[in-house]
Amino acid sequence: MPGSDGAAIGRRRFLGFVIAAPTLVAAAELTRPESAAATPTPVAGQVPSPEITKIVDLTDMMTAATLPTAGLIRVEVHEDGTVSFALPRAEVGQGITTSTAMLIAEEMDVPLDRVRVTLADARPELVFNQITGASNTTHSTYTPIRTAAAIARLRLLEAAATVLGSAASELTVRAGVIADRAGNSVPFGDLAAKAATDRTEQVSVELKEAKDFSVIGTPRNRIDAVAAVTGRKKFTMDLDVPDAKSTMVCRAPTINGTVESAANLAEVRGMPGVTDVAVVSTGVAVRAETFGQCVDAVRALRVSWKPGTAEGKSDESVLDELRAAELPLGPRPPVANVDERFTFYFRSNSALEPNCAIADVRADRAEIWSGLKSPIVAKQEIAVKLGLPLTRVTVHVTDSGGSFGRRLFYDAALEAAEISQQFGKPVKLMWHRADDSRQGRTHPMCISRVRATYAGNTVLTYRQRHTSVATDLGHGFGEIVTALAARLPVGDIGFSETFFQLSQEMSYKFGASTRWLNETDKGFNTGSMRNVYSPDATCARELVVDQLAGKMNKDPYQFRREFLRDDRAKAVLDKVAEVGSWGRQMPANTAQGIAFHAEYKSVSAALVEIDCRPETVNREIRDGVAGPRVTKVVFAVDVGLAVNPRGLEAQMMGCICDGIALTLTSSLHLRDGHFLEASWDNYFYTRQWNTPPELQIIVMPNTSEQPGGAGELGVAPSMAAVACAYGRATGTMPTSFPINHDTLSFEPKPTIPPVPESPTDGIRRAR
Amino acid sequence: MPKHTFRVNGEQVTVDVADDVRLLWVLRDLLGITGPKYGCGINVCKACTSHLNGNAVNPCAIPVNDLEPTDEVTTIEGLAATVDQDLHPMQRAWLEQDVAQCGYCQPGQIMAAVALVREVTAHGRELTEADLDGIRNICRCGTYPRIREAIKSGAKEM
Ligand code: FES
Ligand code: FES
Repeated sequence: MPGSDGAAIGRRRFLGFVIAAPTLVAAAELTRPESAAATPTPVAGQVPSPEITKIVDLTDMMTAATLPTAGLIRVEVHEDGTVSFALPRAEVGQGITTSTAMLIAEEMDVPLDRVRVTLADARPELVFNQITGASNTTHSTYTPIRTAAAIARLRLLEAAATVLGSAASELTVRAGVIADRAGNSVPFGDLAAKAATDRTEQVSVELKEAKDFSVIGTPRNRIDAVAAVTGRKKFTMDLDVPDAKSTMVCRAPTINGTVESAANLAEVRGMPGVTDVAVVSTGVAVRAETFGQCVDAVRALRVSWKPGTAEGKSDESVLDELRAAELPLGPRPPVANVDERFTFYFRSNSALEPNCAIADVRADRAEIWSGLKSPIVAKQEIAVKLGLPLTRVTVHVTDSGGSFGRRLFYDAALEAAEISQQFGKPVKLMWHRADDSRQGRTHPMCISRVRATYAGNTVLTYRQRHTSVATDLGHGFGEIVTALAARLPVGDIGFSETFFQLSQEMSYKFGASTRWLNETDKGFNTGSMRNVYSPDATCARELVVDQLAGKMNKDPYQFRREFLRDDRAKAVLDKVAEVGSWGRQMPANTAQGIAFHAEYKSVSAALVEIDCRPETVNREIRDGVAGPRVTKVVFAVDVGLAVNPRGLEAQMMGCICDGIALTLTSSLHLRDGHFLEASWDNYFYTRQWNTPPELQIIVMPNTSEQPGGAGELGVAPSMAAVACAYGRATGTMPTSFPINHDTLSFEPKPTIPPVPESPTDGIRRAR
Repeated sequence: MPKHTFRVNGEQVTVDVADDVRLLWVLRDLLGITGPKYGCGINVCKACTSHLNGNAVNPCAIPVNDLEPTDEVTTIEGLAATVDQDLHPMQRAWLEQDVAQCGYCQPGQIMAAVALVREVTAHGRELTEADLDGIRNICRCGTYPRIREAIKSGAKEM
């Protein structure tokens, strides 16, 4: 697969630039030219066996999509000895500013705390190469960033040679200081101007060999950790943009409903603190001195609403639509088989920081601040909406309070721009939690049908038909695929299908294997949630794997081991089985489960222990869901090369918490055209009382010189292992997720007014 | 408009705002103290957790009118100063465990943790797993296991 990286002119030699500037600026192209073997031969109209994911996976596809871009990324050395870099990606908690700083520290031999990584504004010249998705960041930036940093180091060495009067080859670099053999030394800061150039030129440089790494591959703490624990880390709503006052929108009681008429705009405009009120495309916008006064104003508005895009729909009606859209598997074959259908209800990808954005739109220009994973498309669409030329719109990418797929979209940025233009004033727009949950994007409801046939010890066929409410992938990602689809061996089957095919790998030797996606109903606000199709599709597959193992009288671990294709896969599976003492005796109603998943050039396995005893399931939790408790998780992951094992562990920890919630507790309930959930005590994401008391994450030794994807891949095996464990503990394989969906565990809040009143009893406990 | 006087992070403040505006918005929108975060506005997510006279409270549920001039509000920004250090021991424990991912919930988590340890200590007992299970603060990034580790080690230093 695109094997060479950066502008490679030798195994470790790469091309970059020094850029004309007052202090040293080294740059490299954010591209990865393909090697001769990189372009697969298209096969029209069909998905060929063997596995197309072996030919090209999603990571390759996104990386290949970056080829025509010409944008440079720059490492700058300053006179205070610091090094700065503006990363054209979004930091949403996944730790990429830290791993990026590590790459620079490694190649330059500068201390990590002297590297400052910020987030770049939207840079349209980067075309497709400013999207943070599919766990692609480290993979696609690994070599270019190192190349730029290595060039900076090279130039500093040359400047030091002049200053110290010694050949560059005689000099050593340690911790941002260059020394000669006699012990004379000069720090980077003193060389920043001397190493600069007034003529941009191309330079070639050799990158460090992996065996010489002292930063990459070592566990490091987050570079923004101190800011996070002191409250100094600034998120969008923490920014002090002059006159950008608190703004909220009164939204419809049903999904995407719009305003028919508003009865009392003038009255609401006169409420304390309120400065502006107006009907906008998504509801009625209010701007006030404080968000508290926005809440009051939103609650006071009397609006009549037009129907939305999912009017009258419910879980049951969508399930009927999905069943009707399922691609047929044909009559049951005359051989032994397992045939199951799994249902996955809508889930919310709300982050803790709700949708929010600041917009300052003037007659001739606009400035936007928001946590954006696809800022170029956001900028383009905002410019169109405002009727401004692209060059008059500035889009700043801010640190996000989580993403989980949410920030691939720019709903709040677009809405804030519209409102600011309408009011003629800067606005700081926040979605209420209730809005975020009810009108925000969701992971689409879907069903997965699996039929596997077997004879003796052989699995003859494995066929999966995944049928889903349409996933909106129209965040610029689509363009990449459109541009590339023709070159892929998937013909014209469309973007979602392509994405599905590329992200789903069949890791088992299961004879003829096919999997198809069919989508229906575009009436919902959807988006990919962390790990997109994989958690549901993998959960269904792994449960069927357990069934097959049972039919063949094999142990679930041994069965997987026997059928997995490659050694890296077997290694992670063996690791969790060994460390987690697979097969140990467990009390009744408790059990272990094991699952495997491969994606983004990475492999992972999870071993889970679950407690489904009645006294555990029925334990008392105020305004929460108890249910079965996952008591232990052992997780092994091999991402090829782990740049920051400590950060990777953190990502897997989050993935595990997601997986537990997806199987056991978290879903949205659709009733009469709206979702019932409006609070974190309605939508049951994993809480402390659901957290596994025992957790062990094992980062496997490196198996590659290239980092694979990491941010998402742990969700699928975690969800699947919890489901398998639940099935083994209760003796009944779960087929509907989350398992508690049929019980509504809360009292739904009203939809009119759309946001609940803030309580007033908060002080009681304090005195 | 009514004036309200109270103390925040060691300083006397006076704000001019309607009685029923919740403290969270007085802190964030009027005083520019942005450590306490909004995650729900209905005393559920606990992202805004701060201390009032040393106890954990949720300012999204406190009308500013409830505050007396002697009331001391401590937000994450003022936590370290309560022990006269650059960082509170709980913040140091947080750094050691590298807890934060996106960081959005973390001010609230730390303030809740400090109050929990104080409460347990006041009752003269040790922190239990049940105490940790009882923490309601949401972390949508799923840092819960590291939070538990950090609280256990932070408690020893408090
Ligand atoms: S914002 Fe105060 S508890 Fe959620
Ligand atoms: S660190 Fe992101 S919500 Fe907790």
